[in-house]
Amino acid sequence: MPPDSPPAAVPAPVSPTSTPPGLIALFLAFAKMSLAGFGGVLVFARRAIVEQHRWMTAEEFNETFALCHFLPGPNIVNLSVVFGSRFRGIAGGLAAFAGLVGPPMVVVTVLAALYARFGEVEALRRILSGVSCAAVGLLIAVVFRMMMPLIRKRDLIGLVLLAAVFIAIGVLRLPLPAVLLVAIPLSIAITLAMRRRPAA
Amino acid sequence: MNSGGNPILTLAWTFGLMSLFAVGGANSAIPEMHRVAVDVQHWLSDKQFADVFAISQMSPGPNVLIVTLIGYSVAGVAGALVATVSMCVPTAVLAYGVSRLLTRSSQSRWPAIIQAALVPLSIGLMGASGLILAQTSDRTWTAALVTAVAAILAATTRLNPFWLLLGGGCAGFAGLIG
Repeated sequence: MPPDSPPAAVPAPVSPTSTPPGLIALFLAFAKMSLAGFGGVLVFARRAIVEQHRWMTAEEFNETFALCHFLPGPNIVNLSVVFGSRFRGIAGGLAAFAGLVGPPMVVVTVLAALYARFGEVEALRRILSGVSCAAVGLLIAVVFRMMMPLIRKRDLIGLVLLAAVFIAIGVLRLPLPAVLLVAIPLSIAITLAMRRRPAA
Repeated sequence: MNSGGNPILTLAWTFGLMSLFAVGGANSAIPEMHRVAVDVQHWLSDKQFADVFAISQMSPGPNVLIVTLIGYSVAGVAGALVATVSMCVPTAVLAYGVSRLLTRSSQSRWPAIIQAALVPLSIGLMGASGLILAQTSDRTWTAALVTAVAAILAATTRLNPFWLLLGGGCAGFAGLIG
């Protein structure tokens, strides 16, 4: 996008970005959204960045997230680094990353220590068994929701690739790098071939 | 542990490599975490792996923190720190590099193509996560029922996931899971 494009005539309030955040502001904002982010930080990240602080417009946020989603690794971690470095370079990326991961990591480490100490207590064993059953259900629901667009589009090739990866990893238990080193080039080649072909 | 070598180093390269193959996020790498931590390295039992997943889902913060718990069980606080940093840093550096590259030549069509190609793969990986976790968690038919009810409620209502986890915890405490 050219640096000074259209809404030049529109006065200040529309301007999405208020003052660019400093390092401490980045750390605190990401720490806050991360600690609030029970069951996924993304919703809280969008709320804080777009609505509360107005550091990005909704479109900018979606573009940044799309980039972080196609890269491997924890999406929200990628987002924090890309977002922070956009405003304050590498130091900004580090500040946002430290805010996102540091405080909840302390919480989780304390929980890990408690689990190591009390994990064999009968009542806790039973509670954790129940929670993990429900948590698996939540994960299955997410998979189901993500599959629906492929089913609606009758994307047969996509569904075959999906099933192949599912069987290779889930049933045959093959190592992840080996499976992806085959599946990723194959999927990209198929995607390219489909786009070259005129829409059927 | 009979893997030989320093467990901290094993954690570092295990999760450092996994970071670059976690297509679609941390939950896509759960089968690989299970394969390495339970089957190959024997860091955790099946039950402990299911517990660790449950704890990570109840905790605040990004899903990736399941590796903090695995790291802690291998080598205490140092293990927790090394596992978390190893799982985050390689991909974060990659994301930083790619984001710099794309702002310079933002007309490339490759991101869209790669993204479209990765979507079915990442759903397949998440499905495999669901299967493996169901096999480790759902050892009785009542446990499978709790999973099924949670899945149906989460897919069809906008209920906050917290209530579903709490419900599961209560069912477990009441001894329904067995």
